[in-house]
Amino acid sequence: MTTTSKKPETVIVRFAGDSGDGMQLVGDRFTAATAHVGNDLSTLPDFPAEIRAPAGTPGGVSAFQIHFASRDILTPGDHPNTLVAMNPAALKTHLDALEAGGTLIVNEDAFTAANLRKAGYGEVNPLEDGTVEDYQVLQVPMTTLTTRATADIEGLKPAEAQRTKNLFALGLISWMYGRPLEATISWLEAKFAKKPAIMAGNIAAVKAGYNFADTIEITATPTEVAPAPLRSGEYRNVNGANALALGLVAASVRSGLQLFFASYPITPASELLHQLARHDRFGVRTVQAEDEIAAANMALGASFGGQLGVTATSGPGMDLKAETIALAVALELPLVIVDVQRAGPSTGLPTKTEQSDLLMAIHGRHGESPLPVIAASTPANCFDTAVEAVRIAVRFRTPVILLADTFLINSSEPWRLPRAAELPEIDPEFATGPNAGDEFLPYLRNEHGARPWAIPGTPGLQHRLGGLEKEHGSGKISYDATNHALMTKLRADKLVKLSEELPPLEVDADEGAELLVIGWGSTSGVIGAAARRVRNRGLKVATAHLRQLEPMPANTGEVVRSYRKVLVPELNTGQLLSLIRDKYLVDAIGYNKVEGLPILAEELERAVLEQIS
Amino acid sequence: MSENGHGNGNGATATLTKADFQSGQETRWCPGCGDYAILASVQALMPELGVPPEKTVFISGIGCAGRFVYYMDTYGMHGIHGRAPALATGIATTREDLSVWVVSGDGDSLSIGGNHLIHSLRRNVPIKLLLFNNQIYGLTKGQYSPTSETGKITKSTPFGSEDHPFNPLALALGADASFVARTIDVEKKHLTATLRAAAEHPGSAFVEIYQNCNVFNDGAFDAVRGKGGAHNQIHLEHGQAIRFGAENERGVVRSDNGGLVVVEVADVGEDALVVHDAHIEDPSHATALARLADSPTGPTPIGVFRDVKRAVYGAERQADLRASHSGASLDDVDELLRSGDTWVV
Repeated sequence: MTTTSKKPETVIVRFAGDSGDGMQLVGDRFTAATAHVGNDLSTLPDFPAEIRAPAGTPGGVSAFQIHFASRDILTPGDHPNTLVAMNPAALKTHLDALEAGGTLIVNEDAFTAANLRKAGYGEVNPLEDGTVEDYQVLQVPMTTLTTRATADIEGLKPAEAQRTKNLFALGLISWMYGRPLEATISWLEAKFAKKPAIMAGNIAAVKAGYNFADTIEITATPTEVAPAPLRSGEYRNVNGANALALGLVAASVRSGLQLFFASYPITPASELLHQLARHDRFGVRTVQAEDEIAAANMALGASFGGQLGVTATSGPGMDLKAETIALAVALELPLVIVDVQRAGPSTGLPTKTEQSDLLMAIHGRHGESPLPVIAASTPANCFDTAVEAVRIAVRFRTPVILLADTFLINSSEPWRLPRAAELPEIDPEFATGPNAGDEFLPYLRNEHGARPWAIPGTPGLQHRLGGLEKEHGSGKISYDATNHALMTKLRADKLVKLSEELPPLEVDADEGAELLVIGWGSTSGVIGAAARRVRNRGLKVATAHLRQLEPMPANTGEVVRSYRKVLVPELNTGQLLSLIRDKYLVDAIGYNKVEGLPILAEELERAVLEQIS
Repeated sequence: MSENGHGNGNGATATLTKADFQSGQETRWCPGCGDYAILASVQALMPELGVPPEKTVFISGIGCAGRFVYYMDTYGMHGIHGRAPALATGIATTREDLSVWVVSGDGDSLSIGGNHLIHSLRRNVPIKLLLFNNQIYGLTKGQYSPTSETGKITKSTPFGSEDHPFNPLALALGADASFVARTIDVEKKHLTATLRAAAEHPGSAFVEIYQNCNVFNDGAFDAVRGKGGAHNQIHLEHGQAIRFGAENERGVVRSDNGGLVVVEVADVGEDALVVHDAHIEDPSHATALARLADSPTGPTPIGVFRDVKRAVYGAERQADLRASHSGASLDDVDELLRSGDTWVV
């Protein structure tokens, strides 16, 4: 028997189990080990809305998918090559996604009559009735083996011992894909330093899984995925929440503005509050406000005082903040509002992703209240997008809405670390004295339409801001009709100026391509992946991705008009599509999905082929 | 920068006058409005506090009281309905060098903005909250407010309001406010003394000001306001027995149900009178005083009900955070980005 090891370019593994089974932890640890090996990677955590749904039911299944490769990859992948199902409910929920002939690893101890009923299999065991016959099935008594492996550990209770079976699964998969255990073990040692019995149990379990796989040669040889030829540099793995928080901290230091972040707990945006609350070393002040409205007002108040005011929320919270955001438009103060979009309306699917707040971000306020809207495209890109949102807010004295989504916040990828000194300059340019002879006119504008930012404590520049319409220049209350028309125009003109300053929209086009696929936000990965598949078939396509949605780069109209067909893939029912049709009178076509999960590369590939064949 | 936001040691402040705090914007309240008296008293008080105009910030919400900020030559922000305490929290917690005042009305603070009021008081944010209570919605032309009496007939309640009114002081005390006081628009001396005490208090100071709306609710406070109401004003003085009346003939004693009750001093003797103590940690005494008059139709306490020390929100941490921020360099950011697992390609 030859034992040449398998060397695929890419591998997709999905861990699925009960929400109490620790699948996210296993996913995180496997991701860390994979990053260490030097693969490119992309992850997709997928968890239920309930904190503890009834154990063993499909509603309580939590999953984590990782796509890793020896080349660059753009998405968390469509169909896993290997599925780990810790119980019948996980099998029921995720078996459909497994590729034909893929490897299915199940914890057979969990396939009890009671669990089968809870999962909806009735009296029939899917491991025995032919349900899984098209796959390579490995039934492993994980609970039994884990219990045995941890039996001698003093002070470890039986329930605690059983809970380490997720580490057994991690050990097993680690062997299968040639990931060393050292990093996982040192992580466990640090994490459970104060709980030696739990530490020992987890370490014993992960080793047992690894050794079990090695001993029974669960597959003929470990599958090796060679390191990816990434651009040279220093890397770390990062999820969107982390990158966004770091971006805000970096922008704070870059600008010299102390960061004030106020928010109200809401899934999934709370993660930003958790992240930023730890950065007191950089002077970050976080406030958990009494409600969404208070959070926005506190941030705006802090901006008035000369801080970098930031607030964050998810969909429903944006509705509550809308009135305050419009006040910020009138006051013309910097403010960054992060909206981590989730599936709506209302509470909707609070842990699932969607891109359905775009039109609200642009239009969702009373009156004529224009403001810049910017969207992050990948987990690591959340860093740059946060810095850019701050830069625009400060330069143009305006609230800026930064759109992220559930997928971006939770998903992770390798991040080539920037140098802070190379970040764009952000100069608050606080007003220090009169700007019109002896007078200070708070609404006198500079060449790009921004008014002076005079902060309390500056002698002689006392002024009053407010929601009432201001007179151009002086900033005094004005009910004059022509002044209101002028001020409405001047507020909108700031966006025109911004649009002129933006780098042009770039197009990645094959010579002679007739179809442009244009997107925004978290679909950038799948658009790239679908285009790659189409090109591999020898077909031509062009792609473009908008970071700035309001205003769009000045050449956007020219770009969308240069192609015979324009396809707009989005996780909504056609919002960017409406904007493009409306602004540029182009008969664009939508590809839309609202199932709480990202678009798959094969789905978009199909949609593209339909347009070009 | 001073520790508590008052007195900056700047020699220039010694020469401050009332005019330094007048913005010159045309005042646009209805003739005869109680707001004029409050504005004049506040502008006269400000120079005495020793805080220069540029270190003073007035924040308001929506309503007639909201216009107040435009008339003060300080930094100011006229925000949205009910949210002034939240705006002020953002400023006051990050700029402990400033003296931050909130001007609000009964609709603004107790209806649409109730949540922000109670939470800013609970946190003890260093802001001075002035509640202009006129028991009516004035700017929207005369609907009943959360402090209007039950049965109030207004445009929105032609058959009389069904609502039970708030007692603003009891509400503030319920939120654990560290400073709670009441005064009256036209009582210049009392108003000034009360606001001075509020300014000197290091945390949140909540001051209810009975303010006559002569257009939509004229005479609401006649029982306690002006010359005709003086006999019903129970002036609270820390350390003094609580007594009042034209001849000081009435007083306050403990009632059988655990609260307080008004009596004739002659009936109980001076020694039976309750001595006011504004510094008791337990808010029960102040609450009983607040409950002595749920509506200002008879004997009503005014002055400082409660003035206790409690940790001030933001004050201590902000100095540390500012120092950390000033000390953070781009190299520190690079180090932060590279913390945890990294690898080199």
